[in-house]
Amino acid sequence: MQLFFDGNTGHLIVRMPQEFDHYMAQNMREAVDEALADERIMGIRFDFADTTFMDSSAIGFIMGRYERVSAFGGDVLICNIRPRMRMMLRMSGLQKYVTFEEECNE
Amino acid sequence: MNNQIHISFPAIPINEGVARMVISGFLMGIDPTIRELEDVKTAVSEAVSNAVIHAYPGGCGEVRMHATLDENKLELTIEDDGVGIADVQKAMEPMFTSCPKAERSGMGFTFMESFMDTLSVQSNPDEGCCVCMTKIFGKTDAYEM
Ligand SMILES: Nc1ncnc2c1ncn2[C@@H]1O[C@H](COP(=O)(O)OP(=O)(O)OP(=O)(O)O)[C@@H](O)[C@H]1O
Ligand SMILES: [Mg+2]
Repeated sequence: MQLFFDGNTGHLIVRMPQEFDHYMAQNMREAVDEALADERIMGIRFDFADTTFMDSSAIGFIMGRYERVSAFGGDVLICNIRPRMRMMLRMSGLQKYVTFEEECNE
Repeated sequence: MNNQIHISFPAIPINEGVARMVISGFLMGIDPTIRELEDVKTAVSEAVSNAVIHAYPGGCGEVRMHATLDENKLELTIEDDGVGIADVQKAMEPMFTSCPKAERSGMGFTFMESFMDTLSVQSNPDEGCCVCMTKIFGKTDAYEM
């Protein structure tokens, strides 16, 4: 996982790991939430470009971050996600809370 | 091809990935499609993480995975000796979770059901949980992904 700050849009960019599961969620949660404490941050973008596997842990993890970000009026974006994983996120109704971006090459 | 494995491991998070690697290796012999492999990896990940997260609150116990390959049919069992489930039918409903505060979404059983051909869950309070799934390889799938 890597974290960046996009100064243009004010998004915290979370570059997701190759495999995202409950183990990874546990390891990443604290670092992401610490980064979110930066008051310049207007939202969060999860970049799935490197990710080839995820399970249901991703849904809880994204929703948990959504709750933090929406508390200060921020938005949650998801980009570069493969069709299979997008389908899994949609099955949980996540599209009500997050925006799936078609293109994004950071 | 006919083959079998039985492994047991402690219910700790790192073993979620270990179990996925073991099942991937086990299936190499029948040359699954990428999608078939992803389906099984996801189902294993869900069942094993359920044992890790839910079976032994405040402690740790054993998880066992058995896989049997009979030609192109996989039978997969993941079981624990933990607290079990009082209402299995309810637990299997999409979006049902007993711990929303722990950032769970209640989609685990739903994914197991969607990605495998059959799923059956046997559990009673304090009698552990046994998840049995089957999948037949090499058939044209109903969904496109
Ligand atoms: N091995 C188990 N031992 C005890 N309870 C279990 C076990 N597996 C599942 N459960 C119960 O069944 C419920 C539903 O499981 P499911 O995997 O569908 O959702 P979840 O684990 O809560 O969330 P998610 O998998 O989406 O992160 C769990 O919340 C838990 O109460
Ligand atoms: Mg689960």
